Amino acid sequence: MYLVARATAGGGLQSLEASTIGPATIRTFVLAILVAVGAVGIGVPLAVLTIRTDLPLRRVALVLGALPLVIPSYVGALALLGALGPRGLLAQALEPLGVFRLPTIDGLLGSTIVLVLFTYPYVLLLTAAALRRVDPALEQAARGMGRGSLDTFVRVTLPQIRSAVIAGALLAALYAMSDFGVVSLLRCTTLTREAFLRYDALYDPAGAAAVGLVLAALALLMVGAEQWTIRGSTIAARRRVRAREATTPLELGRTARLGASAFVITIISLALILPLAILIWWALTLIGDASLLTQLVDALPAAANAIGVSTAAAIVCLVLALPVAALVTRSSGRLPRWIESVSYVGYALPGIVVGLGLVFFAIRTAPFLYQTVALVVLAYVVRLLPQAISGARSGWERVDPRFEQAARGMGRSASGTLFRVTLPLAAPGVLTGAALVVLTAIKELPATLLLRPNGFETPATIIWQKTNVAEYSSAAIPALLLIAISAIPVYFLLIRPEARPRP
Amino acid sequence: MTRRHLPLLIALFSLTALIVGACGGSTENSKLVVYSGREQELVEPLYAQFTKDTGIELDVRWGESPELAATLREEGDASPADVFYAQDAGSIGIIDPQLTALPQADLELVPARYRDTAGRWVGVTGRVRVLAYNTDRVQGDALPASVLDLASPDWKLGDVGVAPTNASFVGFVSALRETIGDEQTQAFLDGLAQHAKTFQKNGQIVDAIATGEIDTGLVNHYYLYEKLGSDPNAPLGNHYFDPTDPGSLVNVSAVGILATTKHKQDAETFVNWLLTKGQVFFANDAEEREYPLNSAQPGLERSAELPPLAEHPGPDVDLAKLADDLETTIAMIRKAGLVN
Repeated sequence: MYLVARATAGGGLQSLEASTIGPATIRTFVLAILVAVGAVGIGVPLAVLTIRTDLPLRRVALVLGALPLVIPSYVGALALLGALGPRGLLAQALEPLGVFRLPTIDGLLGSTIVLVLFTYPYVLLLTAAALRRVDPALEQAARGMGRGSLDTFVRVTLPQIRSAVIAGALLAALYAMSDFGVVSLLRCTTLTREAFLRYDALYDPAGAAAVGLVLAALALLMVGAEQWTIRGSTIAARRRVRAREATTPLELGRTARLGASAFVITIISLALILPLAILIWWALTLIGDASLLTQLVDALPAAANAIGVSTAAAIVCLVLALPVAALVTRSSGRLPRWIESVSYVGYALPGIVVGLGLVFFAIRTAPFLYQTVALVVLAYVVRLLPQAISGARSGWERVDPRFEQAARGMGRSASGTLFRVTLPLAAPGVLTGAALVVLTAIKELPATLLLRPNGFETPATIIWQKTNVAEYSSAAIPALLLIAISAIPVYFLLIRPEARPRP
Repeated sequence: MTRRHLPLLIALFSLTALIVGACGGSTENSKLVVYSGREQELVEPLYAQFTKDTGIELDVRWGESPELAATLREEGDASPADVFYAQDAGSIGIIDPQLTALPQADLELVPARYRDTAGRWVGVTGRVRVLAYNTDRVQGDALPASVLDLASPDWKLGDVGVAPTNASFVGFVSALRETIGDEQTQAFLDGLAQHAKTFQKNGQIVDAIATGEIDTGLVNHYYLYEKLGSDPNAPLGNHYFDPTDPGSLVNVSAVGILATTKHKQDAETFVNWLLTKGQVFFANDAEEREYPLNSAQPGLERSAELPPLAEHPGPDVDLAKLADDLETTIAMIRKAGLVN
């Protein structure tokens, strides 16, 4: 709403010359699709390998495979550039060998690679969770009828996990659309970069809001496409799992096992080990320097701030997401679905657009909120609500309405049923969504910068402050701290339940 | 499941309540609120020294200059800001209707070309556009007297590093339009694009020159000193174009007082201090070696090591105008193919 007001009032729509917006829109669309496809290409095989096969160390592989989620994509891009860029460590190492120019990781291709590496965990986690819900009886039946393993997977398993895979792909695609750090480092002019350009070089908030409108339309298109693709699968997805017998893991042959291990190791090395190694390398160069310790001490309160605001945002998101999720899964009305779709728009918008929108809104209607933490929390909620909704929704879908009916039949009140039956059953999905909110909020930068109270720092703002003036390596300490605190929600909410043996 | 998570949830709720409660009761701010588009690492010691000297406490909001300008515009009359200290003249020029006139005595400390004609903001420090080059690979005296020669088809020195969307380059192109007109500016950009390598920031250009990835690049003069600070043996030099060549544009960091301030006296003290004692910090202490614009201030020692600003005053353009019609400037840079 702010966008429409701001874009039309300021004559911003006129600034949308087709010549600049057209290519940026196409580039954004292509990037989003490529990232979604790439994330599925890595996330789904990784999920299948770690959940359904006898791959060695597959639990560890699943945990490590999900961990790139904690690396903010801009930090990942910095580290990859530091390692593989034209003046990176690899180039320095190869120079004595006579190799002077490395192919530059750049533009659309480079951005796609980096964004895929840091968004595939969305697909991995959602697919892994869905794979566990697949009714093994169906697969056994298919195999009993003489179907091969692959055939069974394609015809029986895949349809059952399709909606989870597509939901993950959507999150990856929308993330790519709203990302600024990676596309600006790797020089790929998407709509988000266009919006930033309008603030930074043109001082044109109206124009930026207009670009935001284009992004919002593109996001609605993607969400519409997602709902269209999964519409047939809702019945399959909602079939409750009755039998929880353990599935027999698929046996991989020797070559297959080698190939699969190589695949998993490559992905984990690129997305997790390489960026971490670079950051640690940079941090080590500070040792001996007294600033290592002071930097760490300075960054600790910032870490506490980030944990505080992102947790608060997750709680508000939960409170808002639960009724939406309940209505979407339990009623056939159009309104809840509409609310759900619209919430995705905020997710696809660049943080700066949401941030300035809230400046505009708060200063006029709620000045007492302006430049308070509450507004930062609100910005996170606007941007990240869909993560909470999708989590809550998948949780709700697991609850068989017959349990609720039974509880009511046994004399429980409606609220009693909700608190004693529905919520406990839906909890894993709901909490997964909340954890995703915490994870994304903890590293948010543009809206935080605009809305924070004076003097309020998070590790992300410190990284911004350091990389602004000096070399990238100076951001190693806050970046490592950010990764460390992000690992907390990942461990408690995503990994611990994964690793626990199923009842 | 819920039982186990209940304590956690309660803990989280109380934490939220605590945070929101702690920040909800914001009262009238007695400190001077400075919106600082200048980097924290650079000017935080300066601000600390100001507080020490004057006893006036600062409440600083850090951000990128254009984003703070956008914020000030959205805030309008309700802005909590007292002072805006911007990285460049363009960022402060864009909000000049929201500024109040500065005392004439303060304005006169700085040459007229480095301040607003209506006296609403004043330059604090200056930076000159130069062509940085690799001293191992290029002879300094072989470099041209005018930036316009960089676009010549006869240019033989390989790719020129350019940061096309950086405010410093955009400001230079705007100045070029003021001095040689749009048509010739477009021709220059088209020519330059034939052998330009683009970067995000000036610092990256200087890094690339130091490693020999490129031989020359258009940057501000002080990046050389920053790089030499961390790598004293880097083969780097600054080539200054002719003193009034459009390539020698001097841009300034600039300060102004919001018309809506409730602390006008303190704000004026701040501006005056920046233009007097604050100049010594920029001249002697700051790692970023900009030109102090009040060259009459006593105690400016290290500036003597820089080529004097009076010899490189830059082309005669109205700095405030550099922010006008940026749309066209950007469109021209794009048309030349410098932005992807």
